Amino acid sequence: MTHRSAEQIGRTELGPRPLPPLGPPRTPIAPSVVDTVLDSGLRVIAVRRPAVPMVELRLEIPFGDTRRTHPARAEVLAMTLLRGTPRRDRFAIDKVLAAVGGDMSAGVDPEHLSVSGSALTSGLDVLLDVLGDALTSASYPTNEVARERDRLVERLTMNRSQPQVIAREALQRRRYGNHPYAREWPEGDAVAAVTPAAVRALHRRAVVPGGAVLVLVGDIVPARAVEAVATALAGWRADHPATELAALPELTGADLHLVHREGAVQSQLRLSAQAVSRDHERYPALQVANLVFGGYFSSRWVENLREDKGYTYSAHCGFEFTRHGATLIAEADTASEATAAALLETRYELGRLVVVPPDDSEVDCARQYAIGSLTIATSSQRGLAGHLATLAILGLDLDWLLAHTGRLQAVTTGQVAEAAAEFFAPSRFTGVVVGDGKRLADPLAALGGVELP
Amino acid sequence: MTRIPTPTVELHRETLSNGLRVVLSPDQTAPVVTVGVHYDVGFRSEPEGRTGFAHLFEHLMFQGSESLEKLAHFRHVQASGGSFNGSTHPDYTNYFEVLPSAALERALFMEADRMRAPRITAENLRNQVDVVKEEIRLNVLNRPYGGFPWITLPPVLYDTFPNAHNGYGDFSELEAATVDDCAAFFDAYYAPGNAVLTVCGDFQVDTAVELVHRHFDDVPGRPVPLRPSFGEPQPDRERRQGLTDPLAPLPALAIGYRLPDPTAGFQGYLAYEVLASVLSDGDSSRFEQRLVHTDALVTDIGASCGLFGAPLDARDPDTFTITAIHPSTVDVNRVIEAMDEEIARLAADGPDPDELARITARWAATLFREHDRLVSRTMAIGAFELLHGRAELVGELPVMVATMGAEQVASAAATLRPDSRAVLIVQPELGQEA
Repeated sequence: MTHRSAEQIGRTELGPRPLPPLGPPRTPIAPSVVDTVLDSGLRVIAVRRPAVPMVELRLEIPFGDTRRTHPARAEVLAMTLLRGTPRRDRFAIDKVLAAVGGDMSAGVDPEHLSVSGSALTSGLDVLLDVLGDALTSASYPTNEVARERDRLVERLTMNRSQPQVIAREALQRRRYGNHPYAREWPEGDAVAAVTPAAVRALHRRAVVPGGAVLVLVGDIVPARAVEAVATALAGWRADHPATELAALPELTGADLHLVHREGAVQSQLRLSAQAVSRDHERYPALQVANLVFGGYFSSRWVENLREDKGYTYSAHCGFEFTRHGATLIAEADTASEATAAALLETRYELGRLVVVPPDDSEVDCARQYAIGSLTIATSSQRGLAGHLATLAILGLDLDWLLAHTGRLQAVTTGQVAEAAAEFFAPSRFTGVVVGDGKRLADPLAALGGVELP
Repeated sequence: MTRIPTPTVELHRETLSNGLRVVLSPDQTAPVVTVGVHYDVGFRSEPEGRTGFAHLFEHLMFQGSESLEKLAHFRHVQASGGSFNGSTHPDYTNYFEVLPSAALERALFMEADRMRAPRITAENLRNQVDVVKEEIRLNVLNRPYGGFPWITLPPVLYDTFPNAHNGYGDFSELEAATVDDCAAFFDAYYAPGNAVLTVCGDFQVDTAVELVHRHFDDVPGRPVPLRPSFGEPQPDRERRQGLTDPLAPLPALAIGYRLPDPTAGFQGYLAYEVLASVLSDGDSSRFEQRLVHTDALVTDIGASCGLFGAPLDARDPDTFTITAIHPSTVDVNRVIEAMDEEIARLAADGPDPDELARITARWAATLFREHDRLVSRTMAIGAFELLHGRAELVGELPVMVATMGAEQVASAAATLRPDSRAVLIVQPELGQEA
């Protein structure tokens, strides 16, 4: 069978056509919201978003604790919080949730205990009843704690075989040493030593409403949803507020650590520097500067590393927010033979952002992307609930979210250039390279700025 | 009993004179619009000696077209506030843009431009071969359980090249791809008559129809390829194979069974979707209760229709998949025996009415939640229209699941026979018996 050549395929008689202009912009309609603090100290944010007959729930409880035993106990607590109360065992909880199209799960990180759930709108009361029952009466049955402990040890083993996780733990050590924040996953033997009594004690001490936030987004009437929360969680009280983790130490620039991983065919590049958080006046300019550097596909770093050199499938630089601050993390995975070259290009692009700052066109593309992607990300119930929970942790609200488009529109090219110069200097970054040390040591030593194992 | 709401999805259809099928689904709840194109070619259609080609070609469709230089596609989508992606499946390849609704015409223009005249150059081909190799290192070669089970299970269950081969491709075959291979592939499979265009979200139907005609009418029509059958006989025994994964910390297991052809009736196929939920959806499911909690044989377990977790995402033959990860101290045959006992119990007694009601509610809720994301809904509408001629499935599926009878689920369970399946056993280290 004959076919056209690539040259013939790529040409028409008419020739190239002009890109159509954008139509008139449509602003998202501000949803109705109730944002209030209950007597117990729990902040409740309820937002009406009726696109589908569902409701999304997010609960964030500050869970900071600097004790060495904490990460293992916290992890076991999260795994068993929804696994039994005097009223319902594990299977009964799952059945009552399923009957209203519901799901609920808990997780923990160094800063927060998080519960995430959803159900058909008609099942909101059931969802809240299951949550309230767990918060006030989770019983941590001995057999459930034992079983989840075993599974957790197996899952930690699984996790730590993943290159992404290995790189994350190496980066945390490099950035924060032994700071409690760096311990995102416990060690297996620490988990094995966790007793049901220790988990119950942690629950009494730390699963408390003061300082926590509950977000509901969906096909709800906000005021009525808040009443339902107040009723269902009436018994959840404590005489002390939840504990926030103290501010992290500021990052300073340092040599990268090369971390050897046996048998690796690809390396993880992870570079990080101190940034400012969402509530800082310079955040919008830094957000745009980061997009121009490596925060989206049409950025300098991605276009160079992937679309010009073919060194990586995905490179991305983004913010990591904690309660008291923020950092930038630049991540790319690259074949062993391309790793040193990829690091060289990364440093080049960091330096270039400082000395050849973003121009008007780059700033405007990044700005439009930031505005549009926020509209898209918050257009689903799930997306909006997740965003609001993240913002609430920082003390921000729906008004902040709705006003952010205006902040981005007001950013000038000059402000972006200033943010680029201050935050993206290569000397501000620290980080790790994880990969086959035998193949990487020589070229990385030749480049310099890398501490070998 | 919870009443399950029925999704309301408004659908309009058009077919252009060049054969392009168009589905429009307006929804003004947010100022967002999605444009998707599904082409009727996936990795089952790629030629022998060119494994991974369909996916590689998907990458090349982003590398520029007559009106758009290299990088321009990405930049125009993102500078309009939008995002893009594409993915390659066994029977189709999809592309999408999700954008603020002001950018609808731009997205249609860009999809039309690359449907009409993509620019395929040797330089971009070499660049994207490198990128795809990095993608394969990331997702397969450099990590434990890479490609498990979507790459590793099919060669155990199937005999023919289209069904059994690795859709990501061998490095040597990716490197051998030529610009002329690309031209032949485009001319054969990327005709407008071989595609479905889906537009969802914030627009007026009349305006969108006019814009679709404006940009797609002069994409020249070409002959549409005859679609071969990929059918092959059911396995007549248990096919068991071992595989060593030096990066894996724990043993794993995948079992594949053949699903019924959905063209014989959606209800018959969906009985397996309900079966998958009865077996593994939630703590109270059969497998979770028995294998995870009561007998503590496995760390995690799952069952699903298809190899990618979504039902009705491929034509016949398609695979019912069970996967489990278990501690090295547990013999794999004990895991398989416990699964077989639970399946046999379901085949004999069927699920009980409460169990079915719970699955119906959770399944509908999961679909609502998934399709609340406009991109997911758009991709489902396009795939259902392309593969099954039935975009309406996005709204009909919860009803079909809700009306599933216990005896249909029992009959489905009865077909998951040990003497007609594939078993893949993944061992962490060399020297252990499979």
